[in-house]
Amino acid sequence: MALSLERFGGYNPDKPMENRLTDLGPRHFWEFFPPVIQNNYGKWKYHEILEPGVLVHVSETGDKVFTVRCGGGRFMTVENVREICDIADKHCDGYVRFTTRNNIEFMVETQDKMEALKKDLMSRKHVTGSYKFPVGGTGAGVTNIVHTQGFLHCHTPATDASSMVKAIMDDLFDYFQGMTLPAQVRVSMACCLNMCGAVHCSDIALLGYHRKPPVIDHEVMDALCEIPLVIAACPTGAISPAKTEDGKKTVKIKEERCMFCGNCYTMCMAVPLADKEGDGVTILAGGKISNRISRPKFSKVVVPWLPNNFPRFPEVVRDVKKIVEAYAADANKYERIGDWAERIGWEKFFEKCDLPFTEHLIDDYRLAYDTYRTSSQFKYTEAAWEVSRAAGGIE
Amino acid sequence: MAFEPNEPQEKIKYDEMRIYSDEELNNYTEEELKNFKTKHDTPMCDDLESGPWPSFVADAKREALHRRKLADDRILLSAETVEDTLGQLEDSFVDGETHWKHGGIVGVFGYGGGVIGRYSDLQEKYPAVAHFHTLRVNQPMSKFYNTDFLRTICDLWEYRGSGMMNMHGSTGDIILLGTTTEQLEPIFYQMTHEMQQDLGGSGSNLRSPSCCLGRARCEWSCIDTQDMCYELTHYYQDELHRPAFPYKFKFKFDGCPNGCVASIARSDMSFIGTWKDDIRIDQDAVQAYIAGDIAPNGGAHAGKDWGKFDIQKEVINLCPTACMWMEDGKLMIDNKECTRCMHCINTMPQALRPGADTGVSILFGAKAPILEGAQMAVLTVPFMKCEPPYENIKDLVEKVWDWWMEEGKNRERLGELIQRWGLPKFLEVIGLPPMPQMVTEPRSNPYIFWKAEEVPGGFKRNIEDYRVKHMR
Repeated sequence: MALSLERFGGYNPDKPMENRLTDLGPRHFWEFFPPVIQNNYGKWKYHEILEPGVLVHVSETGDKVFTVRCGGGRFMTVENVREICDIADKHCDGYVRFTTRNNIEFMVETQDKMEALKKDLMSRKHVTGSYKFPVGGTGAGVTNIVHTQGFLHCHTPATDASSMVKAIMDDLFDYFQGMTLPAQVRVSMACCLNMCGAVHCSDIALLGYHRKPPVIDHEVMDALCEIPLVIAACPTGAISPAKTEDGKKTVKIKEERCMFCGNCYTMCMAVPLADKEGDGVTILAGGKISNRISRPKFSKVVVPWLPNNFPRFPEVVRDVKKIVEAYAADANKYERIGDWAERIGWEKFFEKCDLPFTEHLIDDYRLAYDTYRTSSQFKYTEAAWEVSRAAGGIE
Repeated sequence: MAFEPNEPQEKIKYDEMRIYSDEELNNYTEEELKNFKTKHDTPMCDDLESGPWPSFVADAKREALHRRKLADDRILLSAETVEDTLGQLEDSFVDGETHWKHGGIVGVFGYGGGVIGRYSDLQEKYPAVAHFHTLRVNQPMSKFYNTDFLRTICDLWEYRGSGMMNMHGSTGDIILLGTTTEQLEPIFYQMTHEMQQDLGGSGSNLRSPSCCLGRARCEWSCIDTQDMCYELTHYYQDELHRPAFPYKFKFKFDGCPNGCVASIARSDMSFIGTWKDDIRIDQDAVQAYIAGDIAPNGGAHAGKDWGKFDIQKEVINLCPTACMWMEDGKLMIDNKECTRCMHCINTMPQALRPGADTGVSILFGAKAPILEGAQMAVLTVPFMKCEPPYENIKDLVEKVWDWWMEEGKNRERLGELIQRWGLPKFLEVIGLPPMPQMVTEPRSNPYIFWKAEEVPGGFKRNIEDYRVKHMR
């Protein structure tokens, strides 16, 4: 076996179906388990977090495995993966794994090896200064940001992913390397509301958002798009069939019914909607996936729009930090951001996080009524006094 | 207990597979990297090189330099692919808009998915990324690797692709980011023939299933997440590679209700490990927690002084069903009332363990907002034993697919079909009786459907008969 250097490798373009192997699936997991994992599979008794980024699992057999977790960029080059392999070969007999949040985990069997590994990881820096493999991401802190393609590879984004994540993780870096919060904070990011990933269910979520209806390329609509699919793509029924003056089939969009989701563009290249001034970032908060104490929760929109200030998104970083700091100062031990917001009431969430509440945050889609407050139970905040004043209720 | 692959599998040995010599792999110095200027001016990208978090720009630049210094015949794509990627990214920052054209349909013969086509809309300025297709490579379960495998992928991808990747895509795949149409088949050929490694899913099909690390390194996993994930991925290869569904469909396997792979939010069919007997209590360890000898929650909160561990405040009072108490210095749990939320186990992992009689809960219909709004998965099967080869689970999968493939509209996720037809209809087609556990609460509106056969006399009536008793 060897990889081929021929332009087509073993593939013969003249006989494409010859020697074709299909439906092999992924390789089997067992060969990728370090021996200590194989030997103790299903026998683990308990674990401890020895320090930020370092776990130990103890088996019924008495075996231990020390795991050192470090941050990964998710986007990475083969050069980076080779360096990961160098580390794995040097310290871990050639084994390594990645987590569901795209961190990297190296496993060793003794405390001494763990210390050497950790030291090695923290000593590796890019020539321009950033850590290559910062150790952290365990316990009650902020771990890696699950994110998407952005401008690096996608055609529907309203913002960029890798740059925003870098900007935020730089700012929250102490939380990645610390375990100082009431519970773990999961931050996620998606560059449009297809929400590839975890935006709809994270403690804090960043979402690329458009604010202008599509511009219609009537010239090519009928030739390049399946018009009924474009119409069916709209959640609010804003799109209907139309004809151009010269009789070409196209669509029209009721601008006042369009909320800029971009799903019609996903279906049809003739309705692009990206726009420098219109596009930006929406922040959501309070979602979770685990069933611990409370049930899984959706994240809720808490900041309707912030500008795309490339490359470091200062306004987005500012508001994320406001939320994390208010939560860190106020929440009870074990409370996730959503648990905290629900206990104190969302009116207090906005007050404590110093975030303005605007009409954009009030739901008006289908089941919106279930989110309105049908109770006289509320807490007074400055926002309430403003309404009382506006209604003529107080001076 | 050792697991065997379904098909015999040859070991990958990097030394036999490699393309690049050690010299070629180490073809630049730190000094050269410091002084390296990429082809395009990218001041905003450069700004992302500072700060502590691993910089994707710094990483991209070393691959750019590495490619520049490889001989021309040692890569098949342009040496400038990474630099053009950064150049186009910079233009996107300036313009505030993406520069990838809409869509792109490419792939490999025999499959209907696995490759995401992409073309630049600035092809003259950035010719090296004119074609920039992504391959999804089906990851090994829970992303354990050996370096022979990773290094082989790296050589293959550097030679026939951009050298840029995502470890990993949100669904789980290894993402190979950026190659030309011409190289898709050769890459696929090399992967299947030399590595026994297949592509993942894309399009209206079964996407690459994924799982938490389960019993490999967690004391809470109630199921063999890897084994289930591997078995179902292999069993449904046809459904994964050849789109036959109304829309996409995802499996995810969580070993316990902590949800480390987020199946409840990110899969159409969510498997969550659980148990049906009692939580196992080690009373001596409970005492050790109370005495302060063991840090709560495995030490997850060690970065802040939260005071001495208080079992009443931190465990008993936070139990969502209030089914725990202390009696004669012992921790008691009324397991009939426990909803297995994991809090007490998470907080005292050395004292409490999930029960030993384990299986899965199965939930259906999670999805992101498009079209009808985001959904979490709905509890449908409370408990199911799952032992290889998982026949009972496959039966259920196929009942669900039969219905959705027949009734689902174009681009309608299973969760939306369940909404459109109603949960009762879904239960009927998969042959399950209703249970109170399927709802958070019973309906509050009285708009209740009945079938004619449920009502004495049925629906066929005559107005004349009615008029005999009721004058017009």
